[in-house]
Amino acid sequence: MKRALIWLPLGLFGVFFAVVAAGLMRPADTTVHSTLVDKPLPVFQLEPMVPGKPGLASGDFKSGRPRLLNVFASWCIPCIAEAPQLMALKARGVPIDAVAIHDKGPAIAAFLRRNGDPYAAIGDDSRSRVQMALGSSGVPETFLIDGRGRIVRQYIGDIRADQVDQIVRDVAAAK
Amino acid sequence: MSLSLALLLTAATATPDYGNMQLPDARAEAQARALMGELRCVVCQGQSIADSDADMAADMRALVRQRIARGESPEAIRAWLIERYGDYVSYDPPLSGATALLWATPILLLAVGAWIARSSFRKRR
Repeated sequence: MKRALIWLPLGLFGVFFAVVAAGLMRPADTTVHSTLVDKPLPVFQLEPMVPGKPGLASGDFKSGRPRLLNVFASWCIPCIAEAPQLMALKARGVPIDAVAIHDKGPAIAAFLRRNGDPYAAIGDDSRSRVQMALGSSGVPETFLIDGRGRIVRQYIGDIRADQVDQIVRDVAAAK
Repeated sequence: MSLSLALLLTAATATPDYGNMQLPDARAEAQARALMGELRCVVCQGQSIADSDADMAADMRALVRQRIARGESPEAIRAWLIERYGDYVSYDPPLSGATALLWATPILLLAVGAWIARSSFRKRR
């Protein structure tokens, strides 16, 4: 018994070493994923953000067609990087609506003039209320909503060029 | 519930900036503050929303204060956020398979301590 116990500290150190080494080699994923995926879109109603474009309500997502809901802001740099991909998605027939976080109408209008306007509707979420209701923790994020108003997927961060084909397939599959 | 949420969402711009302003009722403010110290800012993840200067944290504080002012219990607000962001958003982790070790460790360590103390007291005699 005593003889076996003498190896215990070394054994414990081995375990400790393995845990630390594993943590160093595979850094923790600190992305906060929404836990509302596979659940219905929360109920909301937002005022229009820019003149000539409607605001956004959760009821708009029960049209029978899947849509993307993009959470963005004019002050968000990755949103500029994402804009061409959203334009490409729009060109391929994917309907996109948006929620603008902490923003003002003129700033959004300028953003759309500069980077293109892929949105069918933009809701004014000046105090992040809808963002929080969605379980979204930053900009940009995009949610895929099926035709019955259920959240199918969440894309965290700016959409890259190599994601566009997959998203078109995801949208087609969400019917 | 869904109707009241919709009303709340549309009425958001008319209410005062509770992200950076205390509630008039001191007891409600104390309740809100206790909860804000236990909620994680999802942007600046090492901080509570009470500590953080991020816009999102201010929005989360406003949400907490408005709901407390409407008479919602702190636990209901915590549950609402956990439903959306997962257990990660709360600094008071619930007991589950993943956190069982976390909760059991103090008891296990006490037991080990008692065992060591017992054997060392015995030797002295």
